Amino acid sequence: MDYSYTVLILLLPFLSFLVLGVFGKFMSHRTSGLIGTLTLTVVTLLCYYTAYTYFTAPRTAEGTYAVITAFNHQWLPFFIGGLSFDIGCMLDPISVMMLVVVGTVSLAVHVYSFGYMHGERGFQRFYAFLSLFTMSMLGLVVATNIFQMYLFWELVGVSSYLLIGFYYTKPAAIAASKKAFIVTRFADLGFLIGILIYGYYCGTFSFDFEGNADKIAAGAAMLPTALLLMFVGGAGKSAMFPLHIWLPDAMEGPTPVSALIHAATMVVAGVFQVARMYPLWIEYAPNTLHIVAYVGAFTAFYAAVVACAQTDIKRVLAFSTISQIAFMMVALGVCTEYVTGHSHPGSVGYMAAMFHLFTHAMFKACLFLCAGAIITIVHDNEMAAMGGMRKYMPITHITFLICCLSISGIPPFSGFFSKDEILAGCFAFSPVMGWIMTLIAAMTAFYMFRLYYGIFWGTENVKYHAEIQPHECPATMTVPLIFLAAVTCVAGFIPFGHFVSADGMSYDIHLNWSVAGTSIVIALASIGLATYMYKGSTQPVADKLAARFSTLNKWAYHRFYIDEVYQFVTHRIIFAHISKPVAWCDKHIVDGFLNGLASGSHRLSYLIRGFQSGEVQQYAYVFLIGALAIVLLLII
Amino acid sequence: MLHLEYFLILSALMLFIGIYGFLTRRSTLAVLISVELMLNASDINFAVFNRLLYPAGQEGYFFALFSIAISAAETAVAIAIMIAIYRNVRSIQLNHLDTLKW
Repeated sequence: MDYSYTVLILLLPFLSFLVLGVFGKFMSHRTSGLIGTLTLTVVTLLCYYTAYTYFTAPRTAEGTYAVITAFNHQWLPFFIGGLSFDIGCMLDPISVMMLVVVGTVSLAVHVYSFGYMHGERGFQRFYAFLSLFTMSMLGLVVATNIFQMYLFWELVGVSSYLLIGFYYTKPAAIAASKKAFIVTRFADLGFLIGILIYGYYCGTFSFDFEGNADKIAAGAAMLPTALLLMFVGGAGKSAMFPLHIWLPDAMEGPTPVSALIHAATMVVAGVFQVARMYPLWIEYAPNTLHIVAYVGAFTAFYAAVVACAQTDIKRVLAFSTISQIAFMMVALGVCTEYVTGHSHPGSVGYMAAMFHLFTHAMFKACLFLCAGAIITIVHDNEMAAMGGMRKYMPITHITFLICCLSISGIPPFSGFFSKDEILAGCFAFSPVMGWIMTLIAAMTAFYMFRLYYGIFWGTENVKYHAEIQPHECPATMTVPLIFLAAVTCVAGFIPFGHFVSADGMSYDIHLNWSVAGTSIVIALASIGLATYMYKGSTQPVADKLAARFSTLNKWAYHRFYIDEVYQFVTHRIIFAHISKPVAWCDKHIVDGFLNGLASGSHRLSYLIRGFQSGEVQQYAYVFLIGALAIVLLLII
Repeated sequence: MLHLEYFLILSALMLFIGIYGFLTRRSTLAVLISVELMLNASDINFAVFNRLLYPAGQEGYFFALFSIAISAAETAVAIAIMIAIYRNVRSIQLNHLDTLKW
């Protein structure tokens, strides 16, 4: 099978970015939006076609799907050790799965933005950046080597920065975009060091682990360190504690951007990276891998607690995103050593993480798009301005409810199946981890339904609603919602284990009913609790609880003051005691030396510039004296 | 009686008059005339050395003729430059022409 057309998947969005970026200001909004959306439609269809041909192709003799390198172009060779920096396209089950995810969500967001961004200043710029982002994300998932992944990793970071700061006249948006960029860049330093250690000791950047098995085995001693450093980069991108601080602020960007980048695709890049390096983790650093699980479990818990106390609907969704991504990280982290064979319990987490990534992308994008639909109508992010919206926005209401049920883990929606696999993986690792994650899943159900009731039921802000006249959104916005909600309804029945599993073999997902039953019961109980507390037009129980645990409520509302801790550490300690002395040295010693060189040569040039008077006769005079001197020398 | 020294004294005088004029005159035309004087001094030397030292040969006369032709061409070029300068600067006084250094 010839997959060389996959180069178009990367080139088309890039061309669209160039065209919209350069000629966008000469186009009408409609033209530029159509160019972006049509290009992306083609790209998405190509992704689907690739996935179809890839997964319908016969398996290899070992029972796995063949890893196909569609093309691989050597770009920059290094001079040491035969290393080179290649750009290519590698198709394997997880990258093909990611192509489908990125294509689907990106297309939905492109269509949705027609309605959401209608009449906004910079509409063309918005579509240009969306194209850039899509290109970078697709390049990241099909990377053939870790250096290409790093390159596109930074490109998605840049497009995220540009899109968070899209409303660049708003100081909050600028601060948020800078924060996101700096925090993730800081984490990427770890990633880069990890890559360099890996490249130095193993002598390869390639993801072809089997072909380079000898080289990798030679560097085995340094692999745990390298992988852990790479995970630091992944933790930054995927907003793991304590590097999560940028994600809630990133909600300053337009809501479709939050749906695409900060819920569905870019933030799962860290999970994807760990999954990509999974064969190395499991073979050379199986114990270090559990660190990922502990970090993930803590993050999931922390984010769930904070999400219970937020009042800004996008922030609730942001923290639920952090929590869900942490679920995926946990699922990867609880994998234990690799034993060939079907239905091996130690590696179910890998499949579960990828499955949850897939289902989460769909329903979380849908939740964000619903939130965007509500925000365009209400012109406010706070739950206080909402309440009772179910009467005005029936379509948004139903799709939001479906996705809430899905994220809470209620069958038959997709989130149930993937979350159940994660919990099964956790229980296989240790019952403690299993119960902790079940508890966090219950908290997920609680805060999601708190959000749901806060928006669609609860206390209606009647006075404000009489003023703004809420109504349903245009079709460009509701159609993507319905589409994503429909995917959420059916995605759980995809036999995902047949396509993606840790050892590449076909794996049948069979529900573990003791785990699934427990999680359903607990989720239903949490939903019931949320209904009891938040459905009514007054909320006596919730208010009483908030008053009773006012300190906890306040701390959770302020996200446990992690941002302030960062502020203190960076400003009071790092800036004051490290940066300032270093800056003084730079200014007075390094710059002073170079300034001295410059002023010295300046003075010297003042001395000799008198010779160049421009008067020809003076030159002739000097010439004559010189000639006479030579004559004298020759005579004597 | 033809003595070599008389001619050499004449040509040396012409050379130094030329050098003096070249270094001191402010007018470009006068400078050009001084250059011609220096050239003519050397022409005299060519002719005299040929006539008095090597009467059998002709090379000295030829070189003198060459030199005269070249100096004529050089004068034409120099005057063309002067006209061009005059069009730009409205002067051909050398002390007004010190902007070449920029």
